[in-house]
Amino acid sequence: MQQLWLIPCLPLVGFLLLVLGHGRCSRSVARLVGVGSVAMAALVTLWVALDFYSPGAAQSYQVQLWPWFSAGTLEVSFGLYLDGLSLSMLFVITGVGSLIHWYASGYMWQDPDYQRFFAYMNLFVAAMLMLVLADNLVLLFLGWEGVGLCSFLLIGFWHQDPANGYAARKAFVVTRVGDTAFAIGLFLLFRELGTLDLPTIMALAPEQFVMGANRPTLIAALLLAGAVGKSAQLPLHTWLPDAMAGPTPVSALIHAATMVTAGVYLIARTHEVFLQAPDVLLAVAFIGLFTLLISGFTALNQTDIKRVLAYSTMSQIGYMFFALGVGAWNESVFHLMTHALFKALLFMTAGSIILAMHHEQDIRSMGGLRRQLPVPFWCFVIGSACLVALPPTSGFFSKEAILNASWQLPGYGPWLWLGGVLGAFITAIYSFRLLFMVFFGPQKAQPHEPKGWQFHPPLIILAALSLVAGWFVLPTAPVLPASPAGHPPTWTIVVAITMPLLGIGIAYQVYVRHQWQGLRFAQWQKLRQFLFQGWGFDGLYKGLLLTPFTALAQVNRNDIIDGLPKLLIQLSRFLHGLFSQLQNGQLRFYIATLASAAIIVLALALKVL
Amino acid sequence: MIWAYLYNIVFYASCGVTVLATILMISRHNAVHALLYLIISSLSLAIIFYLLGAAFAAALEVIVYAGAVMILFVFVVMMLNQGQRSAAHEAAWLPARGWILPSVLAAILLSLLLIGMYSGQPLQPYGVHGVAVKDVGIALFGPYVLVVELASFLLLSGLIGAFHIARKMPSHMSSNELEEVDHG
Amino acid sequence: MDSQYIDHAMVLAGILFCLGLVGVMVRRNLLFMMISIEVMLNAAGLAFIAAGSAWGQPEGQIMFLAVITLGAAEVAVGLGLTLLLFRHHNSVNVDKLNQLRG
Repeated sequence: MQQLWLIPCLPLVGFLLLVLGHGRCSRSVARLVGVGSVAMAALVTLWVALDFYSPGAAQSYQVQLWPWFSAGTLEVSFGLYLDGLSLSMLFVITGVGSLIHWYASGYMWQDPDYQRFFAYMNLFVAAMLMLVLADNLVLLFLGWEGVGLCSFLLIGFWHQDPANGYAARKAFVVTRVGDTAFAIGLFLLFRELGTLDLPTIMALAPEQFVMGANRPTLIAALLLAGAVGKSAQLPLHTWLPDAMAGPTPVSALIHAATMVTAGVYLIARTHEVFLQAPDVLLAVAFIGLFTLLISGFTALNQTDIKRVLAYSTMSQIGYMFFALGVGAWNESVFHLMTHALFKALLFMTAGSIILAMHHEQDIRSMGGLRRQLPVPFWCFVIGSACLVALPPTSGFFSKEAILNASWQLPGYGPWLWLGGVLGAFITAIYSFRLLFMVFFGPQKAQPHEPKGWQFHPPLIILAALSLVAGWFVLPTAPVLPASPAGHPPTWTIVVAITMPLLGIGIAYQVYVRHQWQGLRFAQWQKLRQFLFQGWGFDGLYKGLLLTPFTALAQVNRNDIIDGLPKLLIQLSRFLHGLFSQLQNGQLRFYIATLASAAIIVLALALKVL
Repeated sequence: MIWAYLYNIVFYASCGVTVLATILMISRHNAVHALLYLIISSLSLAIIFYLLGAAFAAALEVIVYAGAVMILFVFVVMMLNQGQRSAAHEAAWLPARGWILPSVLAAILLSLLLIGMYSGQPLQPYGVHGVAVKDVGIALFGPYVLVVELASFLLLSGLIGAFHIARKMPSHMSSNELEEVDHG
Repeated sequence: MDSQYIDHAMVLAGILFCLGLVGVMVRRNLLFMMISIEVMLNAAGLAFIAAGSAWGQPEGQIMFLAVITLGAAEVAVGLGLTLLLFRHHNSVNVDKLNQLRG
């Protein structure tokens, strides 16, 4: 595993090449460098995996590349740490990442800023790889901030439209709130344990912390706040739907498969700290549950195809948080992997549809596309089936395990299980609503499928992977604590399986056969509006935070704090004006000044005497 | 005994004449009147010098100061053609309120000088000692011969400077051209 | 003994100096200003003579010689400048020379 350092290095080199060659290289070269760097990183990942899986290989591998800085007792170095968890994340990032890059090389071909796009994408992949491979929390934070930056750059990629810039700023500022909490959590963690090296923390945490005490609870809560911000959970979720302003491959890579899963990775990585704070774990579960339900209900009402998928992502990550909270650690990471596969598939398919419909994103203008766009149709079906967790797909296995573990949680278990099942129900309804509205029904416009060999192969590969991924076992078992063993009663499993089917049935009735229209609550305009706007969180934040802040900024328009240096300047100018009047060129005035000065000096001298 | 009184009378009379002449001098409108008062002031000052035992200084005062410098002033006054017109100017330039501030400043300065003079202890009892001209001459040709040489330098440079500055310009030049020539 | 004469001569020097200062500050005519400066030089010379008399040394009068020399040189150059001023501005008002302001 000596070649581990290549994995984050290759996309970084790609980024540097694209930046240095900006304006000088052609599209083909940019495509080669951009896609090739991530593809080579994927190949190296496979090589590393072969090493990892070979018999007699160590379970974890830590390498120190070079020291970064040391301050007092804190010594931080650039180091990489590979174990089952980071290997799983590597699969996801490089595998799905290279497929998305391949797709994007065709999707963005017409764009004039092609090279800049791939530069940013490569930088993002490099930062994300740094995040998952870091062996200490400071380096992880570096990757964390790096992906935040690239998210900002890529959301606002088409910066000529100020709305895109606004969405990018919103994403950055909201995640910043979480990042600040994360940083404070790091400070406290260092103060408690004296180190920020991950393997050391995982060893020290159970010994140094008392379970349920204030300190681990506070640290875990702050780390949770950071994860909540990056993964777009309640209450820091408002940025994700607006982040759909970026190009579709960006939405697929960053806001479905990788960056938003960084929060889940963080909690999984520092699980020992969270295990010492069971209250925070319960909070994780509840946050996941509420996000799941709220975003699910909101997705029911959306009309933009990408926003439906964005809310769906929020909801599914809520599932992952839910799983972490109830103790199904391995299942959560498994769900992370499968979700990455099918969500990327769904987003890329949506991208193909959007391109075919000439950049139309409103699903009310689409219909009956299954005949004209067969490959996107079947891929979307497979993706939706995984999303809804129909039996043979990979999503089924992960969701089943999560719900089983939630039932067994002492205390709130059955309530959480009920919430999870309700979430599955809603998921089925909104995802098949989307499917039916886009692909079934009367055709409203004529699609033109984009030509190019980059469009279909990645979709097909991802569809195949999401079908069979359920039979893979991720190597996270030695790393993460085991999920609760034991089986819940059989009726729970039956209910859990039938609810999605019920949801599909309802969606079919309403949107294909146009029966039961009363269920659409057409006359309840206020409710629909409320749900449409994401349960009013945007409005809440605007009233609570934005408006007072902009009012304060308006009051401080002349920059009162700056008044003190300005006062200095004004004083200096005033004195200058005063003193320059002393130089009026009048000889007699000068003589009088001389006499006065002589008087003063004499007076001083004589008083001294 | 009467010599002591005579000494006092002459001394204080000269002081009074000097002060009075100076006051009158600085307040005249007519330049020649002012110069005449200045001559009177220097002559009485010469008397004081003599009474202080400095005969050589008294002679110098009369010959060089009252004799040469004042005559130089008189010549310049004649050249500047200051007549009735300029007397009117002077009257205009000397309003009564213009005297206040300088008088105040000078009074303060004087009081400070007097305080300085009369504060502290004198080093030894002192009185008027006459210094003979012979002693002054020996000092000038002895230890202080450099002062004489430096004085001659000064006078030479003053001579040349005055000569250059006040030379006659060609009369067809205008005042602007005169300025240009002066800069060169 | 006769220290009162030295003291009063010094007082006279001070008074003359201040009178000369008043004259310099008040008058606008360059010529009168120069006359007043002469008065101030005179006063300084008187102070030197009185001091020399008090100590009984010839240095007082030698210094007075230097003062007179200086006064003479200064008058020569100054009157030349006065003539120049008169030729340029056709007036001896020193307030006209105020271009070095700001």
